[in-house]
Amino acid sequence: MILESFTHAFDLVLTLDKDFFEILLLSMKVSFLSLLLSCLMGLPLGTYLAIKNFWGRDTVLIMFNAMMGLPPVVVGLIVYLLISRSGPFGWLGVLYTPTAMIIAQMILITPIVVSLTAQIIEEINEEYKDLFKSLVISSHKALIACLYDARYSILTVILAGFGRAVSEVGAVIIVGGNIDHLTRVMTTTIALETSKGNLSLALALGIILLLIALTINLILISLKTRAKRRMYV
Amino acid sequence: MFDEQKKSKSLTPIVISNLSLLLGKTKILDKIKCKIHNKSIIAVLGPNGAGKSLFLKTINGLTPVESGKIKFNSKEINYQIRKEIALVFQKPTLLRRTVLENMQFVLEKKNKLSNLEIMNHLQKVGLDTYKHKPARLLSGGEQQRLSLARALLINPSLLLLDEPTANLDPYSLNLIEEIILDENKKGKTIILTTHDMGQAKRLAKEILFFDKGKLLEQTKAINFFAKPKTKEAQNYINGKILL
Ligand SMILES: Nc1ncnc2c1ncn2[C@@H]1O[C@H](COP(=O)(O)OP(=O)(O)OP(=O)(O)O)[C@@H](O)[C@H]1O
Ligand SMILES: [Mg+2]
Repeated sequence: MILESFTHAFDLVLTLDKDFFEILLLSMKVSFLSLLLSCLMGLPLGTYLAIKNFWGRDTVLIMFNAMMGLPPVVVGLIVYLLISRSGPFGWLGVLYTPTAMIIAQMILITPIVVSLTAQIIEEINEEYKDLFKSLVISSHKALIACLYDARYSILTVILAGFGRAVSEVGAVIIVGGNIDHLTRVMTTTIALETSKGNLSLALALGIILLLIALTINLILISLKTRAKRRMYV
Repeated sequence: MFDEQKKSKSLTPIVISNLSLLLGKTKILDKIKCKIHNKSIIAVLGPNGAGKSLFLKTINGLTPVESGKIKFNSKEINYQIRKEIALVFQKPTLLRRTVLENMQFVLEKKNKLSNLEIMNHLQKVGLDTYKHKPARLLSGGEQQRLSLARALLINPSLLLLDEPTANLDPYSLNLIEEIILDENKKGKTIILTTHDMGQAKRLAKEILFFDKGKLLEQTKAINFFAKPKTKEAQNYINGKILL
C-alpha cells in the first residue's frame, strides 16, 4: 500500500501532472515572496538594531526573539481576525487569497531574519569596531564591511527562513483556506489528502517537500564548512 | 622626505596632562602626565594589567577619557590627526578575508600602484607568498606581522605598537625590530609596549614605566636599565631577568 503510493507519487512527478505542479508552483511563489519581503524589512532592521544603541533597543530585540517561537496557528488566527470581512482590514478583501498567506508567513519569518541578523552583525561589529575606529573608516564603509564579511552567516539565515516558510502549514491553511486552484499549497494539500485517504498525492508532495528541505540543508552545510575552512565565520 | 618631515612635525610633541581613564568603577589610568618628543622610540613597560594597552588605545582615541588632555602639537585629536596614527593591537584583528584583501581594505583606491605597494609591504614582513591565504588561517606570529604591514601601509606619522613581537620567532623578531628602527629613521614617532627587556634596550630611547594605572617613571632608556628610580621598576626588571 505504501509502496504503491510511492510509485504513484513518482508517476505524478514524472508525468508532470498539471494539478500537482500548480500546487508546487504556488508553494514556491508564496514562500519566495514572503521570504523576499521579510528580508527586505528584516535585514536592514536587524542590522540597525545590531549597531545602534538607543533607548528600548534591548526590549525590541527581546520581542523579536520571542516572536521567533510564535505558533503558526496563532499567527494564522490573528491574521484571520484582522483581514476577515468584519476585521479592521476586511476592506482589503484579501482573505483566502495568496496575499493573505504571504502576509501570515512574513509575520512568521521576519522575526527570525531580524533576530539572527542582529546577532550576527552585533558579533562581527564587536570584533571589528576598534579596528575600524582606529583606521578612521567611515561608518558607511564599516557597515558594508560587516555585512560583506558576515555574508555566509546571513545566507544561512535566509535559507533557514525559506525552510520555515515552505514547510509551514498552520497559518496558511487558516488564512488561505486551502481552496483548489487558488490557495492550495504543498503542506495544506498533504494535510487534506491524507485526511481523505488519498495517500499517493500526499506522498508525492511529501517527497518533494523532503527534497527541498534536504537541498536547503545540504546548501547550508556546504556553506558552513566552506566558510569555516577559511575561518570566515 | 620633505613630506614625511612635515607630517611628523604636525603630531609631535605629544603632551599628555592629567589623563585618567575609568572603565566601570575601576581606575585604569590614573593622572598620567608625560611628553613624547618628535621622532622618538618609546617603550612602555610594566606588569600585566598595568594599563599599557589601554594607554595606547587612549592615545589613538579609542577610549573615552574621564579627565585630562592629550595634545598633538598643541592640537586636540581630530580627523586629520587620527588619520596620522596607526595602532597595531596586542591581539591582531584581521578581517575575514585574504591577506591581500586585508591590506587593500585600508587603502582608499585599488590600482596597480597600490597593489605594488602592498606587495612591497608584505615582502618586508615575509608574507608575500601568502597573499591569497585567508588571513585568519595564518599563525599567531604571521597574523602579528600582517597587522604591522597593514599599519605601515597607511604610512602614519605616529605608530603605536602593542607587543608587536610577542609571538615571533627569533628570525622574525629581528626582522620586525629592523623595520621599527627603519621606520623611525624615516621620521615616524613610535610608541611600543613590550615585556622583552632586551628589545626595550635595543630599540627605545625613552622608557615609560606603568604600574597599576600610574606612570611611575619616564626616563632615558640607558638610565632606566642602569638604575630605575622606583622599587616597582626594580622588581619588574629583576623578575624579568630572573625568568
Ligand atoms: N573593558 C574593560 N573593562 C574593565 N576593565 C578593563 C577593561 N579592559 C581592560 N580592563 C582592565 O584594565 C587593566 C589594564 O589593562 P591593559 O590591557 O591596559 O593591561 P596591559 O598593561 O596591557 O597588560 P598586558 O601586559 O597583560 O598586556 C587590566 O586590569 C584589565 O583587567
Ligand atoms: Mg597589553
